Amino acid sequence: MKISIFKPLSLLVGLVAMLGPMLAFADDPVPNKGDTAWMLTSTALVLLMSVPALGLFYGGLVRSKNMLSVLMQVFVGFSLITVLWCVYGYSFAFTAGNPFFGGTDRLFLNGVFDAATGAFALGATFSKATPMYEIVFVAFQATFAAITCCLILGSIVERIKFSAVLVFLVIWFTFSYIPVAHMVWFWAGPDAYTDAASADANNAMAGYLWQLGALDFAGGTVVHINAGVAGLVGAFILGKRVGLGKESMPPHSLVMTMIGASLLWFGWFGFNAGSALEANGSASLAFMNTYLATACAVLTWSLAEWVFKGKPSMLGAASGAVAGLVAITPAAGNVGIPGAFVIGLLVGPLCLWGCTGLKKLIGADDSLDVFGVHALGGIFGALATGIFNSPDLGGPGLVTDWTMNPPTVGYPGIGAQLWIQAQAVGIVFVWTAVVAFIAFYIVKLTIGLRVPEEQEREGLDISSHGERAYTN
Amino acid sequence: MKLITAVIKPFKLEDVRQALAEAGVQGLTVTEVKGFGRQKGHTELYRGAEYTVDFVPKTKIEAAVPDSLLDQAVEAIISAAGTGSIGDGKVFVFDLVHAVRIRTGETGDAAL
Repeated sequence: MKISIFKPLSLLVGLVAMLGPMLAFADDPVPNKGDTAWMLTSTALVLLMSVPALGLFYGGLVRSKNMLSVLMQVFVGFSLITVLWCVYGYSFAFTAGNPFFGGTDRLFLNGVFDAATGAFALGATFSKATPMYEIVFVAFQATFAAITCCLILGSIVERIKFSAVLVFLVIWFTFSYIPVAHMVWFWAGPDAYTDAASADANNAMAGYLWQLGALDFAGGTVVHINAGVAGLVGAFILGKRVGLGKESMPPHSLVMTMIGASLLWFGWFGFNAGSALEANGSASLAFMNTYLATACAVLTWSLAEWVFKGKPSMLGAASGAVAGLVAITPAAGNVGIPGAFVIGLLVGPLCLWGCTGLKKLIGADDSLDVFGVHALGGIFGALATGIFNSPDLGGPGLVTDWTMNPPTVGYPGIGAQLWIQAQAVGIVFVWTAVVAFIAFYIVKLTIGLRVPEEQEREGLDISSHGERAYTN
Repeated sequence: MKLITAVIKPFKLEDVRQALAEAGVQGLTVTEVKGFGRQKGHTELYRGAEYTVDFVPKTKIEAAVPDSLLDQAVEAIISAAGTGSIGDGKVFVFDLVHAVRIRTGETGDAAL
């Protein structure tokens, strides 16, 4: 008989201590091999989004003298957050604690694998009696935490000290990424909901925004608003790049940027469709929506550029793809095809404005438009999710009662859900802004944020890393 | 001896090389350069950032010729590099004081 530890993703610590490892009986559900294969694949796809995709997308947009510094910040930042995730990030984000911060149950990933028995802990998905290996969920979510931190870098490249990047990321990851992920995504899982009493107890332990009923399929709030706003705060505190507005600073390789954007699109299928946590209909819907909304946004950004700026550009098409991907992220499995059409079509021109008109209004040197694309696209996507979740608009609706089997699906009305989404957007916006502000200032007042002007002019590749991207 | 320096459109380089060779010019030095004349540059737009590119890519050629070949050589450049549109470039002629072929030590016209 196969022995395994049954432990839903987020079972209360006390309860676990009481029950201890339980022997699984033959009819206890085990992870489906297809689901496991899909989630492992998705995890690798999300890794690809950071290295190399985001590195190339960002790297192509800077001057050639800073190419390696961008790649290095993304590469090392990604690795740093992955390590922190396994040390404490996962535990504080995805175990029970309070509605804002998790507990210490999984420090150093303690307990996800029992070496003595060879048993793997099981976590919850969104279906009853459909567990997944918790260790797969740990890895999948690690890639989310890591790419979110790397997204911020786009606002502060070409002038920030490498050491400042690392220290900032540690602080911001700990006090913004972890609590926001916990607030939005932590809950006990469907199997814990057996009756009204258990539902109340589980709801009280869930993340604050999950309790509110905020929908965020793959990270409109957790990833894009969180990172986009932090980036803008960083751009304000760091100040503008030397020579901005006086010297030409064209992207050094839009070829790299196009390759990066394309690999982001490819990897994003793991990000969004993988967020279903199973290889099922919800994942398929998220997949198609991710595909479609992105294509829509490529067309509308390019068209808007053609009409308002004179020429459709490759950079515009690539930026449109990313804007579409960002906006469909919270919506992916939460809206139907009509929602994907509308979200994709509207976000292109919106984010084009974010990178032009709005950017001028704000006045910060958000160098690679992290706010204009990620924060703005994320806010739009998060709000639109609340609207297009409606079954009247082709959406799947949301679960209103997890105690039923299958869970009851309904929809609270466009106004009600939009208000919930708006609250989630506002709370995450303010939370990350405050944490980023404090984190950047701590770094500024201790080790300093910027390289000396001389080094900035020379380029960070030589001055910070002692090497050149291109030797001819 | 004269030194001819001409700035021409890059895609005309091969035509000019051929014309000069036919005119009897024995050697040519080529440099890729940027500059401006009456031809305007262009603007580039990257999201919100607009850059005016004032310096247009050109090709500079330099050829040292005996006085006897000067007129033919200049004429060859003009006819080969010309398109009739703005930005065709310019030809400058300088007096050349001295020339030495390094391998043989020959000087003056013999070095060309």
